Amino acid sequence: MAEEKKAEEKKLFKVTIDNITVDVEPGTTILHAARMVGGDVTPPAMCYYSKLKGSGGKCRTCLVEVAAGSTADPRPMPKLVASCRTTVMDGMIVKNITSERVLEARAGVVELLLINHPLDCPICDQAGECHLQDLSYEHGKEGTRYEFKRRTFTPHNLGEYIQLHMTRCILCYRCVYTANQLTNKREHGILDRGDHAEIATYIEKALDNEFIGNVIDVCPVGALTDKTFRFKNRVWFTKPMDAHRDCPTCSGQVQLWMRGDEVYRVTARKDEWGEVKDTTEGKPGWICNDCRFHKKSVKDWVIEGPTQVNRHSVISQGHYVNTVTPKETLPEVMGGRAPKLLMNIHKVSDVNRPEIQLSKIEGPAHSDDFKPPTP
Amino acid sequence: MSVKLLLEKAHVEGIRSFDVYRREGGYRSVEKALKTMSPDAVTEEVKKSGLRGRGGAGFPSGLKWSFLAKPEGVPRHLVCNADESEPGTFKDRYLMEFIPHLLIEGLIVSSFALGSHATYIYIRGEYAWIPDILEQAIAEAKNNGFLGKNILGSGFDCEIYVQRGAGAYICGEETALIESLEGKRGNPRIKPPFPAVKGVWDRPTVVNNVETLAAVVPIINMGGEEYAKIGVGKSTGTKLISACGNINKPGVYEIDMTISVEEFIYSDEYCGGIPNGKRLKACIPGGSSVPILPANLLLKTAKGETRYMNYESLADGGFATGSMMGSGGFIILDEDQCVVKNTYTLARFYRHESCGQCSPCREGTGWMEKILKNIDTGKGKMSDIDLLWDIQRKIEGNTICPLGDAAAWPVAAAIRHFRDEFEWHVNNPQESQTRNFGLAHYADPIYVPA
Repeated sequence: MAEEKKAEEKKLFKVTIDNITVDVEPGTTILHAARMVGGDVTPPAMCYYSKLKGSGGKCRTCLVEVAAGSTADPRPMPKLVASCRTTVMDGMIVKNITSERVLEARAGVVELLLINHPLDCPICDQAGECHLQDLSYEHGKEGTRYEFKRRTFTPHNLGEYIQLHMTRCILCYRCVYTANQLTNKREHGILDRGDHAEIATYIEKALDNEFIGNVIDVCPVGALTDKTFRFKNRVWFTKPMDAHRDCPTCSGQVQLWMRGDEVYRVTARKDEWGEVKDTTEGKPGWICNDCRFHKKSVKDWVIEGPTQVNRHSVISQGHYVNTVTPKETLPEVMGGRAPKLLMNIHKVSDVNRPEIQLSKIEGPAHSDDFKPPTP
Repeated sequence: MSVKLLLEKAHVEGIRSFDVYRREGGYRSVEKALKTMSPDAVTEEVKKSGLRGRGGAGFPSGLKWSFLAKPEGVPRHLVCNADESEPGTFKDRYLMEFIPHLLIEGLIVSSFALGSHATYIYIRGEYAWIPDILEQAIAEAKNNGFLGKNILGSGFDCEIYVQRGAGAYICGEETALIESLEGKRGNPRIKPPFPAVKGVWDRPTVVNNVETLAAVVPIINMGGEEYAKIGVGKSTGTKLISACGNINKPGVYEIDMTISVEEFIYSDEYCGGIPNGKRLKACIPGGSSVPILPANLLLKTAKGETRYMNYESLADGGFATGSMMGSGGFIILDEDQCVVKNTYTLARFYRHESCGQCSPCREGTGWMEKILKNIDTGKGKMSDIDLLWDIQRKIEGNTICPLGDAAAWPVAAAIRHFRDEFEWHVNNPQESQTRNFGLAHYADPIYVPA
């Protein structure tokens, strides 16, 4: 193994996160060490983006407790630290989900992030792939104690491709770093300060750069969304497919969000942490505006096949890849007992027009499929 | 009678001019340091003096200086933090306005100790007239050979530049100050790396308060050990206190940290007591962000000992029954003041000044302000008080910079010590709009002059 070889060559740091010990290279952050462990041990990160230099430390959702600084200096750190910006030391002991303090602080951050969030998920294009949704589902409470008017902003038009919903923004600064590091001229930034800080161009201006579309991919919430996809479909109805084309500007390696033969949306390929993946050649996988906004036909692309989607994700719903028909009969499953009543809901439902054969519908069923026949 | 080291000559006629300042013994420390001492020896004297940062945190200055990284071939910088924005604090303004050469002198000696050839004074935008005073002082010092190339023939070069801020409280935080100095948005940086390793333009930097740097002058003149004899324990030297609020003589006082709080408030040498025969209700002893103390805990500690005006004594009892020396903004509230309104005012300030970079502070300060406004205007609920307590707990310690703590502490302390006043506001929404809660049980015993 390549990693074992490295361990011989270089001194590795031992770091223990939630009682799991991993060996990591010096200079690794706690968050990256935790990502190597994976699973629940990994703190959530809303603002940190490994591909963007200088990002992180702002959202405070990745706070962890350092119970012992290192073998040399085993004192605990007095405050919770941002795991995305704190590098490990040899013999460091980190507590994430095993620390009450961390869980309390994280729940607090989630509550604070949501007090001014409009919670308009039902009409938000990001719903289904929103990091804030995941975060509040995992760490939030069902109610809110906030009884005031949520903050609003004067809408800004960022041009024909990018839709800005400032009310949904959590001010992670990722889009600012993206524009700084990917384009040669940043046109948008943070105006004002405190809870009235906002993402905007100083004087109403369109974001115009051939790589600026990537701000949509880095946005953890629905603040920056694709105007060409706006209100077209829900992400869980579309099916992500890996595809590529020969693009003169970028790598051309993208993900198509398709329904049937129609391409609804084009995004960069993302890894399990929701970050833009490197290309197969190992270069950053940012894609250009041309690929993202203009190539909306299957003919433009060479489709490689369906993207592997985490089966816990809502996006995996309705995609019947590798489905298995159960071999057992119902009495077998129920330990010999026959079910009392079995009903075909479709057959008895007036709403869903029982005369329609479900098996004839291609892909997931949609309300259009059950529209009453026009008289 | 206390010792005066900084403001002794502040009111000599014409002290703002170089000639008068020099005649009164100014710039002796520059001569002493540059001609007879090595940079490390200056740092050593500051270490011996026990001088603690006068900006609020009280970190030992000599130690801070010794942390400065000194890589070969990389310039180092000294930055003077004159962004004095803490409500209730105005000592640096006083010092810079009346005796600007003292700061310049301290800056030259400190720059020599740290090896800074380009030293910056970052001054808040609202002090619109002070940069002119400082720049004139710098020009005069330069004309007389105390700045520029080869100062006093020692081979040490130093320039001092004055940079105006735009009036943001957050730019008083050292890393935000550095960002602002570099011309960027004044957001605090995430530490580590600390400024001592990567500060201005990623070069090793020391950021010190105006008063700290001015105090280097008497330290060099009299020697660190002599300086350490003034004061008590770890609170060495003299401290400028800017006293304001309900007192007869608001102003800036230099104290030697051995006097009691009671003496400071009531003696004619200092604040001169509370006007109109009113009684003391509460005090914020170190600038708006330190915990407020009710009168009964201010004059005596929880153990019944006399409280003194120094770092240790003011912090006695932790946050439960104590407070902090902070930046020395001493705010007195008499019996007619409303703690709820006061807390609301402070919360409004912190909401306005939060930079909005990290979520607990950005969202939490706004939420606290809204709840406090409700309580203050008679629309509060009893559950709001616990909610406030919960919100401040979620902010404190979880933010990038200390502004989150500074916003949380006043709210926490107000609820801790004055909960009955909050409850009274909630229970008597109409009455609370027409009269004040008064003194209640936390009042001091009526002061009888001896």
